[in-house]
Amino acid sequence: MPLADPPLVEARGLARRYGAVRALAGVDLTLRRGEVLLVLGPNGAGKSTLLRSLAGLLRPTAGSVAINGRMLTRDDPDARRPIGLLSHQSLLYDELTLLENLILAGTLYDLPDPPARARAALTAQGLEHRADDRPRSLSRGMQQRAAIARALLHDPALLLLDEPFTGLDAVAGDRLRELLREHCTEGRGMVIVTHHAAEAWELATRVGVLLQGRWAFESPRPPDMAQFHRVYQELARG
Amino acid sequence: MGRMLRLVLAIAGKDIRLELRTRTSLLSAAVFAALMLIVFNFARDPTAVATLDLAPSVLWVTVSFASVVAMNRAFTVERENAAFDGLLLAPVSRELLYLGKYLANLVFVLVVEAIALPLFVLFFNLDLSKALLPLVLTLLLATAGFVAVGTLFSAMVAKTRFAELMLPVLLLPFMVPPLIYAVKVTVPLLAGRPLSEVIPGLNFLAVYDVVFLTLAILLFPAVVDE
Repeated sequence: MPLADPPLVEARGLARRYGAVRALAGVDLTLRRGEVLLVLGPNGAGKSTLLRSLAGLLRPTAGSVAINGRMLTRDDPDARRPIGLLSHQSLLYDELTLLENLILAGTLYDLPDPPARARAALTAQGLEHRADDRPRSLSRGMQQRAAIARALLHDPALLLLDEPFTGLDAVAGDRLRELLREHCTEGRGMVIVTHHAAEAWELATRVGVLLQGRWAFESPRPPDMAQFHRVYQELARG
Repeated sequence: MGRMLRLVLAIAGKDIRLELRTRTSLLSAAVFAALMLIVFNFARDPTAVATLDLAPSVLWVTVSFASVVAMNRAFTVERENAAFDGLLLAPVSRELLYLGKYLANLVFVLVVEAIALPLFVLFFNLDLSKALLPLVLTLLLATAGFVAVGTLFSAMVAKTRFAELMLPVLLLPFMVPPLIYAVKVTVPLLAGRPLSEVIPGLNFLAVYDVVFLTLAILLFPAVVDE
């Protein structure tokens, strides 16, 4: 009998404290291929902590995270290979050109022919004419496209998005939504952390609300966003 | 092995390229070293203290403080746009990441020393024709050790508010043992004494390098993982 594919993300009992502050308090999360989980919550709910824990950037004080069936541990850097991260910060070096930034990323991910992959990634984002420019010389929307090119360079199966729409105007936001819709095929999954449900509602297949480090709500995406919003407001008010 | 070397060189190459674009660390460290040597040169009284008694200390004080200046930016450059997250997220072990940063810092400090050494020879009017190679070896061995510790501490303090103040406070005590032995080796070298006299000092520096580089590689993952 063939074994079922492991979930893309499987977090169990994820907890994280910052001194006396409890940011995550035993969060369980399973994300399968093709799913997009929208994580909502007020400031300080633990959203970014959850995302950074899933990315392996933050060591949980308790619990575990497995990506594609491989536990995220310090001793297994390859377990991070399927992860792409897109946040409101670009992860790009301001003193390197876009092309140099992406070639560096391609080298770190052992991609064949990093310069060619880097150029292709920039072309996919319509930035080929800015390849030799530095990130700081770009507009906010272009910087975000450069960050997307970096995040998608190694074709990650899991895309983690931390407030990806922050600072984008309506046109850039629509473009990002379209791109994420194209990216999320059956073999891939996404976790999107945001304050505003409307930004990524259409992309989501599931919605979760974090409050004080715990799931206060987690279900397939409700059909009516307005109705969900009222529930969310009640939850947030406690 | 080839992959590991490629990754280490990619990380070090990135740091070197960043430094060549900004020139902040290298330039300030080189100017700092030159200024120290100039001040020492004009402040000393050759009739009161013999050049050979003073020169080794001046060389190593200059090298140690200039090194701190050179290493200060190693991890602060990673903070812009959260670029360090990009490195931590990549399928690269923390140990290789450390080695890449270490290699870049080593290059920076050696470049500063390569600038400071001729000035030192010039100001103190020294004849290094016989002592040059052993002195370069001493510089390499001492530098390799304290850059290992400095790279680790630079990562440790990068997220603190006073990173540039904290690095020397943490690092200088750890620099004392190699500096003492480096001075002890430099004194007989400049005096033209037999090389056999400096072997124990060089051995100490080599042991310090191995011990502290190993410790730094082992501790680095715990330092950068939040």
